[in-house]
Amino acid sequence: MYNFEFEKPSTIADAVAALGDEDAQALGGGQTLIPTLKQRLASPSALVSLSGIAEMQGVCVEDDGSVAIGGATPHAVVAREAAGSYPALAALAGQIGDPAVRNRGTIGGSVANNDPAACYPAGVLGSGATIVTNTRQIAADDFFEGMFSTALEEGEIITSVRFPVPQAASYQKFLQPASRFALVGVYVARFADGVRVAVTGASEDGVFRWSEAEQALSKEFRADALMGLSINPMNMIGDLHGSKDYRAHLVAVMTKRAVAACL
Amino acid sequence: MTQVSMTVNGKSVSGDVEGRTLLSGFLRDHLSLTGTHVGCDTAQCGACVVHVNGGAVKSCNMLAVEADGAEVGTIEGQAATDGSLNTIQQAFQDHHGLQCGFCTPGMVMSAAALLKENPRPTEAEVRKYLEGNLCRCTGYHNIVKAILAASGQDVSSIAAE
Ligand SMILES: Cc1cc2nc3c(=O)[nH]c(=O)nc-3n(C[C@H](O)[C@H](O)[C@H](O)COP(=O)(O)OP(=O)(O)OC[C@H]3O[C@@H](n4cnc5c(N)ncnc54)[C@H](O)[C@@H]3O)c2cc1C
Ligand code: FES
Ligand code: FES
Repeated sequence: MYNFEFEKPSTIADAVAALGDEDAQALGGGQTLIPTLKQRLASPSALVSLSGIAEMQGVCVEDDGSVAIGGATPHAVVAREAAGSYPALAALAGQIGDPAVRNRGTIGGSVANNDPAACYPAGVLGSGATIVTNTRQIAADDFFEGMFSTALEEGEIITSVRFPVPQAASYQKFLQPASRFALVGVYVARFADGVRVAVTGASEDGVFRWSEAEQALSKEFRADALMGLSINPMNMIGDLHGSKDYRAHLVAVMTKRAVAACL
Repeated sequence: MTQVSMTVNGKSVSGDVEGRTLLSGFLRDHLSLTGTHVGCDTAQCGACVVHVNGGAVKSCNMLAVEADGAEVGTIEGQAATDGSLNTIQQAFQDHHGLQCGFCTPGMVMSAAALLKENPRPTEAEVRKYLEGNLCRCTGYHNIVKAILAASGQDVSSIAAE
């Protein structure tokens, strides 16, 4: 790992100022960034830790009933504190990695990183959440721009993520047991005005919405409504853990399981 | 260099570290607390698990500067000052929960974190909690048995494997 300066501001404003320096990078829980630095795949001149910013911590329920999670909130805290207000999202957070990873890794880091096999992107896109940054609010539909790529600008930080709470929701993760990420993960959320289905782990374009399934489930919310629907394997990830066809098949299976779990 | 101060196993310590110094490196190289093992250095194996403010973390995947001001617990703080083993350590010995012992510090620290959150876990809960702790020797069976025993549950009906 190359060396870097370390800063730990206590306000969002100070963090944004520190990130204004060229080659400065935000540090969330470091669960992705530290391994990346060890491999010398990145060489920031300074790391700006977001872990000391009180206004970016914790889970709270807003006046309109939506659940807002501070951008620097660790997965373990979401698993615990969102269990009452948004149980499906809390369950997703509680399935990330292992207990030690969940004590450090944060929602902001996970969403900013947009790993194609990460869990949070499915929960965020599946819920139709809003990503709040230091400068603007971005709808989940406009945020994820393909594998490891997002709408975030240089130096922009995720200060919170706001989730509308569906009537029912479930995240079904088919575990890739070596990495602990999702081989395929599907988040189904049923709202009064329709159903959203977001898929992670499967596509070469990162997290995506399965619109045919959404339409079918919005008409009739039963696993059987998905009969005959399938995903085109062409854009699926194929690797030693699973072929394109296998992942395409798993998407349908995990979607059915998520629907069944909602009922 | 940055000065960091923290409490390690109840004792105040401080030292000058670089930004890139890992907590595992600070414990092992600066404080000579080599009980915290570095097995993979890639956040996979859990041999380096310590407690930071009461929660289990992989110390190879946390910067020492991030632990400034924290309460850190390592395997060296588990036994009593006279060297007598705590309940979890004794159960690992009684139930052959270790062979080479390399993974053991991380296993014991994870087990301690688990039992603090969940004092009487089921076998499935123990296995689930240890997902981030790899052991190349034991096949896990006796580790799980030791942790169940340490939680005060009867393990006489669980066959040794
Ligand atoms: C063993 C292991 C297993 C894992 N298993 C899973 C899993 O099953 N599912 C899963 O989803 N993930 C998994 N992860 C990844 C984990 O969830 C990470 O915590 C997460 O991807 C990154 O979050 P972080 O807070 O650690 O961010 P960091 O590693 O600190 O940062 C990642 C990136 O995000 C940027 N960043 C950080 N915070 C912000 C912010 N608030 N605003 C803008 N940019 C920011 C950083 O600059 C960096 O580019 C695993 C990791 C490990 C080590
Ligand atoms: S040495 Fe830290 S997880 Fe393996
Ligand atoms: S006892 Fe040898 S690695 Fe676990």
